[in-house]
Amino acid sequence: MPPLLEARGLSRSFGHVRALDNASFDINAGEVVALIGDNGAGKSTMVKALTGNLPVDSGEVLFDGEQVTITTPHQASEMGMEVVYQDLALAPHLNPVQNMFLGREVSRKGLLGVLGFMDEKTMRARAEAGFRELGGTVRSLTAQVGAMSGGQRQQIAIVRAITWANRIVFLDEPTAALGVVQTKNVLDTIKRVRDKGIAVVLISHSMPHVLEVAERVQVMRLGTRVATLPAKGTTVEQLVGAMTGALDFSNADSKEGAA
Amino acid sequence: MSVITPPGQAPDQQVVADPPAGDSYLRRVANLQSVWILGVLLVIVAAFSIAAGGRFLSTSNFSLISQNIAVWAVLGVGMTFVIVTSGIDLSIGSVLVFSSVIAAKVMAAVGGDGWGVAGLGILAALVAGIAWGLLNGFLVAKAKIPALIVTLGSLSVALGLAQVITGGIDIRAVPGALTDFNTYIKILGIPALPFTALIVVIIGGIVLHKTRFGRYTYAIGSNELGARRVGINVDRHLILIYGLSGTLAGLGAILALAQFGTTTIAGQSLTNLNVIAAVVIGGTSIFGGQGSIFGTVVGLFIPAVLQAGFVIIGVEAFWQGVAVGTVLVAAVYVDQSRRAAALRGASAPNPLLAMLKLKK
Ligand SMILES: Nc1ncnc2c1ncn2[C@@H]1O[C@H](COP(=O)(O)OP(=O)(O)O)[C@@H](O)[C@H]1O
Ligand SMILES: [Mg+2]
Repeated sequence: MPPLLEARGLSRSFGHVRALDNASFDINAGEVVALIGDNGAGKSTMVKALTGNLPVDSGEVLFDGEQVTITTPHQASEMGMEVVYQDLALAPHLNPVQNMFLGREVSRKGLLGVLGFMDEKTMRARAEAGFRELGGTVRSLTAQVGAMSGGQRQQIAIVRAITWANRIVFLDEPTAALGVVQTKNVLDTIKRVRDKGIAVVLISHSMPHVLEVAERVQVMRLGTRVATLPAKGTTVEQLVGAMTGALDFSNADSKEGAA
Repeated sequence: MSVITPPGQAPDQQVVADPPAGDSYLRRVANLQSVWILGVLLVIVAAFSIAAGGRFLSTSNFSLISQNIAVWAVLGVGMTFVIVTSGIDLSIGSVLVFSSVIAAKVMAAVGGDGWGVAGLGILAALVAGIAWGLLNGFLVAKAKIPALIVTLGSLSVALGLAQVITGGIDIRAVPGALTDFNTYIKILGIPALPFTALIVVIIGGIVLHKTRFGRYTYAIGSNELGARRVGINVDRHLILIYGLSGTLAGLGAILALAQFGTTTIAGQSLTNLNVIAAVVIGGTSIFGGQGSIFGTVVGLFIPAVLQAGFVIIGVEAFWQGVAVGTVLVAAVYVDQSRRAAALRGASAPNPLLAMLKLKK
């Protein structure tokens, strides 16, 4: 079976900076893959390129084994992919429910729905259920998101993504702003999402967390994938070595050799 | 307040479900800028009532006030939408003039005093307004020119063209049907112009606060990139918003023709700023994402009430400008500090809220 999503030889430059340099990536259905690398290695750029947020200069993307060109985030959404962006991309003046359903508002029935009226009750109930499932620290569904803590905002963005994704969720440093308990919630959530058969791409700087939830770890350095390692049997030292270039996995990584 | 502990997870007092009683409706309402500015309006009304008694607090006085703000209220609805997207429309006064000139020309060319002619004039004014609005919107959304520049340009061009068409001389041929509409007709006891404005305000409020169109308006003003990422067609929405503002300027043109019986080529140069001031006084954030039609209406009443009150108690009307400017800056300052406090998580230093708290 082909990977659910695969990128082959993506390149993208910003001026002189080669954010992606012949970079590859792959993830199978229902798999948790961690994407790690130093700051500026190109992780966020890879996610944006895969989800219609950024056109690439060259390279190809395959979804379910077929070549695709994804030009808008909306298109990625329709294919079942959702992203929790590093900058979260919430509307600070809207409340959590409004954010969660933004662009996907539930219409009222009948004529009112045709006129653009929204079924606030249903949306609120579904949002409430979503936050509860995540063991929410979101205290209010009616306050503006902009007035909430970083952890609460993070949670809203995550709930929004996992509510709508049915193939892949991309989480770009989802635990960076979180405390211990909230981080544990996110990791548990990742496992739960995986158990539903949805693939998860996790970008994180926390090696123990990565090794805890991921099945495979793909390491990026200077805009390219330098290693793909199984989480089982891999140590934090090895991951750090691959990230910094101190350890060379280019021979061990057979996939990369073929690409 | 219920504590939820998902299976297999350590209990933690931070894990709290929504919404504790403290997040009450009352509290949120009291926190709104439009509500606290309504308090300011009521204080002004009370002050004039004490100073002038029945002369101020009369039906005829408030009828006059509502007459005076009818046109601005119609424009204010469009402006609220525009500013909520974090845009601005400086062109409304000129578009109003242009539309009224086109309408007057059409009506003069057809001739007559009845509703048939007036209907043609209304159509002409609306088409002219829509055209300007869509042009503004297209330049803002597609050509990516800042709204301030685009609408400053159309302010100048629309007024210039109106002057070219008329040679700068107002057209006084307005059908009797329109002027009679203003003078004689009352609906539910409300004079026709304010009634029309009220309808526009109510529809505008419903659309902004209750529909998907309104939701996207806030979302774009709050986080444009975020709105694009969830698939909102931001460009089209912005074009529609400026189109709406232009359309309402066209409608305002008809109301102004009915009110004055003539075009007002030289009389609208400050209309844009007055309407923007009202919108901002009413709590709509110039940075976008926040605001209400209700606030705009309250924001319109403040200068109008001040003007009427000053006339009645015999203070020179020039003081109105001084008072309105002061209220404008003070209102925005209070609003900003409240918001900054809210972001810091502190309770809002809101006089109204403080009063409510004391009562509890
Ligand atoms: N929009 C952009 N404009 C210019 N440079 C960018 C842009 N996005 C990313 N870069 C550059 O590309 C490189 C990779 O960035 P990024 O993908 O964000 O790294 P990571 O997420 O791994 O920390 C960095 O050097 C960054 O400065
Ligand atoms: Mg990044």
